[in-house]
Amino acid sequence: MSDVNLHRYDVVVIGAGGAGLRAAIEATRAGASVAVICKSMLGKAHTVMAEGGAAAALANKDPRDSWQTHFRDTMKGGKYLNDWRMAEIHARESPDRIRELEQWGAIFDRTPEGLTSQRNFGGHTYPRLAHIGDATGLELIRTLQDRGIHTGMEVFMEYTVRRLFTTDGRISGCFAYNRADGSLHVFEAKTIILATGGITRCWAVCSGSWEYTGEGHALAYWVGAEMGDMEFVQFHPTGMIWPPSVRGILVTEGVRGEGGVLRNSEGKRFMFNYVPEMYADEFADTEEEALAWVDEIIEGKLATKRRPPELLTRDVVAKAINSEREAGRASEHGGVYLDISWRDEEQVKKKLPGMYHQFKELAAVDITKEAMEVGPTAHYVMGGVRVDPETQESTVAGLYAAGEAATGLHGANRLGGNSLTDLLTFGKRAGESAASAAAAQDDWLAINQADIDEVVAQTLAPLSREGGENPAKVVEDLREMMQEKVGIIRTGTMLEEALADLDALSGRDATTSPGGTRIYNPGWHQALEIGAMIDISRMCTLAALAREESRGSHTRDDFPTPDKSHWGKVNSIIWQEQGDEMKLRHETYPPISDELRALLDAADLEELE
Amino acid sequence: MTENVTFRVFRGEADEDGTPFGGMVDYTVEMDEGMVVLDVIHRIQAEHAPDLACRWNCKAGKCGSCSAEVNGKSRLMCMTRMEDIMEETPEGEPVLVKPMQAFPLVKDLVIDMSWAYQLNKTIPPIDGPEEMDWVFNQDEADRLQEFRSCIECMLCVNTCHVLREHQMFDEFAGPRFFVRLADLEMHPLDTSDRIPMVKEEFGIGYCNITRCCTEVCPAGINITDNAIIPLKERVVTEYYDPLAIIAKKIGLRK
Repeated sequence: MSDVNLHRYDVVVIGAGGAGLRAAIEATRAGASVAVICKSMLGKAHTVMAEGGAAAALANKDPRDSWQTHFRDTMKGGKYLNDWRMAEIHARESPDRIRELEQWGAIFDRTPEGLTSQRNFGGHTYPRLAHIGDATGLELIRTLQDRGIHTGMEVFMEYTVRRLFTTDGRISGCFAYNRADGSLHVFEAKTIILATGGITRCWAVCSGSWEYTGEGHALAYWVGAEMGDMEFVQFHPTGMIWPPSVRGILVTEGVRGEGGVLRNSEGKRFMFNYVPEMYADEFADTEEEALAWVDEIIEGKLATKRRPPELLTRDVVAKAINSEREAGRASEHGGVYLDISWRDEEQVKKKLPGMYHQFKELAAVDITKEAMEVGPTAHYVMGGVRVDPETQESTVAGLYAAGEAATGLHGANRLGGNSLTDLLTFGKRAGESAASAAAAQDDWLAINQADIDEVVAQTLAPLSREGGENPAKVVEDLREMMQEKVGIIRTGTMLEEALADLDALSGRDATTSPGGTRIYNPGWHQALEIGAMIDISRMCTLAALAREESRGSHTRDDFPTPDKSHWGKVNSIIWQEQGDEMKLRHETYPPISDELRALLDAADLEELE
Repeated sequence: MTENVTFRVFRGEADEDGTPFGGMVDYTVEMDEGMVVLDVIHRIQAEHAPDLACRWNCKAGKCGSCSAEVNGKSRLMCMTRMEDIMEETPEGEPVLVKPMQAFPLVKDLVIDMSWAYQLNKTIPPIDGPEEMDWVFNQDEADRLQEFRSCIECMLCVNTCHVLREHQMFDEFAGPRFFVRLADLEMHPLDTSDRIPMVKEEFGIGYCNITRCCTEVCPAGINITDNAIIPLKERVVTEYYDPLAIIAKKIGLRK
């Protein structure tokens, strides 16, 4: 087709958030020619919204910390469904990835000794999160952006990738269109790295931007890669809930790390009632003890008291808020109260400037004087492309994935702060291995012309359809449906219904007509996203229906307890063969080594028997 | 209690020479409690004009994507509450929404930002230590963290006379990049000297300190006093202070 532009690179990185930029920096360093393709402008990717910090056992604030404890916390938080080797690599390598960022110009908050400061977060035994106020993501992306532009990588901004190509079972390139001018592009590539982030835009209440439509996950699935753990979607306990237009916007866990308390409509600190058995000995059981811990932290002492239950893992806190709501103890607008106003006003403004600003401007609430209203919001998907823990290569040769697009590190529930160091650690590894695999390959593989013609026709089709629905309506209905039927609490009946609803939505997707031209046309762009959103939603639903237990972020009302004998040992895998229907099976990770096993919480070990 | 609002939005593209064509189009939609300008734009897309072009990402003032001119003022659409807009808009008049006027137009509310990305590439990056053993305190960090809170929304660039009226994009780096340069020049780990570039290539002399940039900064950065004036002082010291020039010659300063 005449108007398709051809490009050729050793490595194509899809996505320009933390993982994509870190991968591209590493691949160029290894000598590869690198294209970075991103849906937004450079520096605007989802990483910019990360708030609280990046978890790494630097042990600057508490010398008792170590990679071993970080590893233990990550496995425990993930309810032992993590890829233990990824958790080990992450815990060992994160400190260097953080220091390296400072070498490249990042300025994290300091300790009195002049070292990188660290804050407390849910599920982390010690203060572990390097941060800059509550705008850590901005610091991360700007540092990588300013480093990246001097490495020779080419950045294709406002391009959306719609298809990956394989030739004889190996990655050979991808197809993209330019959102600004509607031009069409084929990239020949020896290797491709998916760093496309997450999928949470499939839920009506979410903390994600428009970019989080799951196309990266779908691209891998369509080209035959195996997807893992798709039932595990994290609902962050604290999103804004009022006014309606801000519903879902994130309220950082840093608020609780700095001493914020959760109360219900009766003014009761309800989290004391929700401490799970496996965490019972690690958390305060009285308000006095919780307060004493916060006092120690504020004074910069090493904690000797046990932590407040507000700092339990996100799955636990989100479900507790949901239960309070169900029990009729919700706040005025249907959430709970999060209160940091008891702390010194200047300290709140210094440590949480973004939150102060956000509530003041969007909700007319002064968080130094009054409580915030918060409720759960779809925030992160633990599931994604299954990868080799050492190289990040997927089950398709030449295709790599890193960051939220990949699965393994977080198991059934991610700890706050582990995402930012996930991006850095595995972004670097993906860049390294994709560049070295590209160097080992002499030539580019020919892309099948029929594959190109097919995706070009599909891409242009919505523009010639007339009289159909506005794509925005189909997306809205999909998001409402997922919120209701595949949300924080699930049942078999609702999940079955969701599968049928997805079939109906598929039919509507085929007939939307956005109108307009190829020039910067958001309606057309949205029409092209729906197919991915439907396939991703189906993966989550199918995997959730199969898992007949409750574990981490996955809660089944009809199977309310964890099942150690079977489900606690297996991970779900979803794949497709040659355009066939979606398939599902379960597998177990290779057995953990004795040395690593010895680091885990002994009381929990029967999970791994 | 629902109330309607009318937005008069620029709809158009640029011709081959980059001259915008098109005009202002009225859209009326319902308004809910607590809405921001961006919510109204999204509602217009969903109900009337799916192809209305606008950029946005975080919807919480953290990414700097949704910059536009609302009622003639440079603002982030996601952080501008309709309540305030209705207060300032004369009764019975529509709310005016236009793209940033200092930049070339792509379509509707979307402008061409390539100048900014090209310019950033010409700024020499941090030249930091090889060994990972540095120490610096929070006071030093504070000064830089103000600069590093820039979200690259380019509202300051859009407001600066040198760029907006005189279009001196080739001679003048503009407020956003003086913030970036100040960040690098004051960075405790950096060893490079960019002051000659600040004077020559980046043309800091063109800034006559009218503070328009500082007034529109949604991150609250004191661009003029904390970034531009200290850079101007460093240029003066380097080029016009006789004592400093002698000290440099005999090797007492860098």
